[in-house]
Amino acid sequence: MSNVFIAFQKNEDSRAIVEAICEDNPQASVNEQPAMVRVDVPGRMVIKRSSIEERLGRSFDLQEMQIHLITLTGHIDETDDEFVLEWRH
Amino acid sequence: MQIDLRTVSITPLRQTFDHIAARVGGDKAASRYIEATMDVQANANFHYRPTWDPEHEIFDPKRTAITMADWYAFKDPRQLYYGTYTQSRARMQEVAESDFDFVETRGLADGYDDGARRIALDFYLPLRHVAWGANMNGASMCAYGYGTAITQPCLYQGMDQLGVAQYLTRLGLLLGQQGDLEAAKHAWLNAPAWQELRRYVEDTLVLKDWFELYVAQNVALDGILFPLAYKEVDAALAAKAGPTVAMLTRFQAEWFDDSTKWVDAVMKIAAADNAGNKAQLQQWLAHWRGRAMKALEPIARLALADAAGGAMDRAAKHLDTRMTKAGLA
Repeated sequence: MSNVFIAFQKNEDSRAIVEAICEDNPQASVNEQPAMVRVDVPGRMVIKRSSIEERLGRSFDLQEMQIHLITLTGHIDETDDEFVLEWRH
Repeated sequence: MQIDLRTVSITPLRQTFDHIAARVGGDKAASRYIEATMDVQANANFHYRPTWDPEHEIFDPKRTAITMADWYAFKDPRQLYYGTYTQSRARMQEVAESDFDFVETRGLADGYDDGARRIALDFYLPLRHVAWGANMNGASMCAYGYGTAITQPCLYQGMDQLGVAQYLTRLGLLLGQQGDLEAAKHAWLNAPAWQELRRYVEDTLVLKDWFELYVAQNVALDGILFPLAYKEVDAALAAKAGPTVAMLTRFQAEWFDDSTKWVDAVMKIAAADNAGNKAQLQQWLAHWRGRAMKALEPIARLALADAAGGAMDRAAKHLDTRMTKAGLA
């Protein structure tokens, strides 16, 4: 199965996002680069708003993620509560 | 000549400070909140004991009956440290300013119903003295408390109350005149309806145990006053004369929802630490909740007349539900 991945600029907010992804996707592997962090997950990655909010201690709009986003792969399914990346072919 | 471009990855030797690493379990990156909060307060090598209180060190956990295995267990779920606190309040202030602006530019204050205006001025303006008392109390908890994790948000809470007092003053100047503020102070000092509440505020100003003060101010008084003033009275005025006052008190309503997260978390953590704490908190809560109900009942009647009883019940129930969730049933 191919990986889906997502990469963020490294900062306070994206650290919470990456932690949330790792907790919700046990198969996630994190690749720390200078100024960038990339998370790979086989097949399907779920990013949950509630997990991010828990870590940030404030309400979070999943679209705020775009501010820190560098790149991603996979088909996207986005709702208010979840941002899902997966291969659908 | 050929130049090769390549990325050199320099891994830092350490991710965080040693004392933070000991708290987060290993050398991993910690949030700014944790780094700016944990073990910040000095706890050793004090010189003289303060002349004004020779029984205690200058920072001393024994200034309250509450005991904690670790005073830094009181983490703020909002994760506020100076940077995030000022940013979050700046955002709230921007919203409040634009609401005040809207009311002013559309002339909503001038066209406001006079009966409702009288109630709003009589009910809300004396509350700025209550908010000022809360400001003093927040500073007091910060001064005599122990551990940055709790003293830091106590001071923020106090500063927020100063903001509440200022917004109430501006509400008064927008809906009324300078003279209305003076009349409100006169009512606060002399009108029978306000005296029980004034006694409550003045009694809390001289409380020695800072954690009891926390319960009296942040939990009991604010826990009933805010739902009463900014939900019940607010809704009654909106039903009567539209949402003008709701716009002018928006900061208070939103701030209360935000700050209860922290207020409840502190109660929950303290009660869960040991049985002695739980019993002590329950005793304080019962005492101050009772006094707060007695103090707020006459002013509820001032604003809501016959509907006051139901409104007080709902406001008290709001607090009771929160405390049940915090494990203090």
